[in-house]
Order: sequence, then C-alpha cells, then structure tokens
Amino acid sequence: MPKIIVEVMLKPEILDPQGQAVAAALPRLGFTFAQSVRQGKRFEIEVAGEPTPAMLADAERAAEEFLANTVIESFVVKVEQ
Amino acid sequence: MRIGVVTFPGTLDDRDAARAVEYAGAEAISLWHGSDDLKHVDAVVLPGGFSYGDYLRCGAISAKAPIMQSIIVAAEHGFPVLGICNGFQVLAEAHLLPGALTRNADMHFLCTDQKLVIENNKTMWTNGFAVGQEILIPMKNAEGNFNCDDATLHELESEGRVIARYVGANPNGSRAAIAGITNKRGNVVGLMPHPEHAIDLLTGPSEDGLTFFTSILNAMVK
Repeated sequence: MPKIIVEVMLKPEILDPQGQAVAAALPRLGFTFAQSVRQGKRFEIEVAGEPTPAMLADAERAAEEFLANTVIESFVVKVEQ
Repeated sequence: MRIGVVTFPGTLDDRDAARAVEYAGAEAISLWHGSDDLKHVDAVVLPGGFSYGDYLRCGAISAKAPIMQSIIVAAEHGFPVLGICNGFQVLAEAHLLPGALTRNADMHFLCTDQKLVIENNKTMWTNGFAVGQEILIPMKNAEGNFNCDDATLHELESEGRVIARYVGANPNGSRAAIAGITNKRGNVVGLMPHPEHAIDLLTGPSEDGLTFFTSILNAMVK
C-alpha cells in the first residue's frame, strides 16, 4: 500500500550534535567513507487506500504546524509505494 | 493571587514550582494539560520536566495540549506566563516566544548551578531584579541551546527582550549566551535554568530564584 512519507531535517545552518557524534563514531568502526553526517526524522503515514491530493495537502499542513518546527527544520512530503 | 502550575504527562518540577509560588505568598493552583480550564488563575507557570517524554521535539506535543490553547489565547491578551526549562521549550513550540531550544552544542546533559545576569527588569516576572544583577540558580537540560535566525536575534537584542544571559563560558552553545527571553509585551517569559529550585538555602544554591515569583505578585498588585 502506498504511504505518505514526511521527512524532516534540521536546516543546514542549525548545529546537529547528534549527526556529529555519529560521524565521529563511524571511523572508530572502520567506516571511513563519511565526510559528515546529519540526522533527521522520517514519518511513515498509512492512509485508507491511495493517498489523495487532499490527504497530501493535510500532510503538508501537519508537517508545517506540528511534525516539523520550521524555525529550525525543513521537511518534504512525498508518497512511497 | 492565584498562580496556576500546569502538569503535563512527564512534568517533573510542578511541585517545586508550586512551592515557589507559595513561598512568594500566592496560592498555587494545579492545572491539568488535558483540560482547557484555567480555573480563574491570575498567571501561569509551565514547569520543567520531560513532557511527553520529549517525543517529536521537546515541548512540541505539549504545545498542542488543551490547556495550552487557553494559555495561548490569554497570553496574547497580556496574561502572565512563565516557562521554565521544558516550559520554555513549550512556549517556543507554541510560538508565544520566538526561536527554538535545540541540543546542547556538546551533547552533554548539563546539571550545574549556573550564574546568570539579569538584563531586563521590565517584565512581569523580573521586575524585582536590578539590571546587571548576577544570580545563581540550577540548570539541568540537554536541549537548552537557544537558536534563532539573525533577524530574530536582532529584534530580541534591539528591543531589550533578552531577560537573562549566561555569565562566563557559554554552557550550551546558545546564541548570544541567551538564557531567557520575553515577548514584546513582557507578560510571557521563558528561562532555561530553574528559579524554582533556588528559593531556600536549605535546598538551593541561593534564594535568587524567588524573585521571579515575587515579581509577578508585584506586577499584579500595581
């Protein structure tokens, strides 16, 4: 069933100490490929049937007002199969 | 004078806040997050803790609680609100105060007695202090790093809305070492450290915190 996905990331100018801590731990585990890491959130939202344009509009509003804090975060809303 | 203290699920410091209210000489009234009834209180304290387990973001779910909808409407009309620690986070999430409280820059949970300097004594919650007065009160948080964009910082600074700043090394990376701010009207104040834990030398590092609670009494009597 397709789901509505909301992905939330800290804006680039906001310090992400969690991402930095993860980035610092990776080389200790032998993973040397990462230059930097930023950590975000992903919401997988199930709906009845196919997501409709109205549902997606609601998801945008929910992201804007609640799922993300747009003072510090940006978000994208999409549909995934 | 009746001062409400809100309890959310996961609030820790509601009892200390109520005790501080009573030390100051007011009556503390318990308010419940799930009700929109302000019980005719004259002011409200949003205490510290980990409301809703800090799920989603600190204060984000509490900001949508029924009691907050009443507080938001009242605050926009001048009703006094003090948010301490998690309460400050709730006020920011409710957009009663600008900016956001993010992870401490060094990832540490800070628990220390913190020196602050009071910079604005015109608010309903700080009128008992002198500008430039240094106070020592406990601080305990992991998300106390005050963040805002340049325009907001400029507005806060130019309007004198920083009520308190950290003295000495910036403990958590807050912009401009900001520990507390107020809204334009001076009725809503948010502060990361905990004045309610510094009202009696038996249990706190000073009695400096009590002045926040006596200030609101002064403000209401005027």
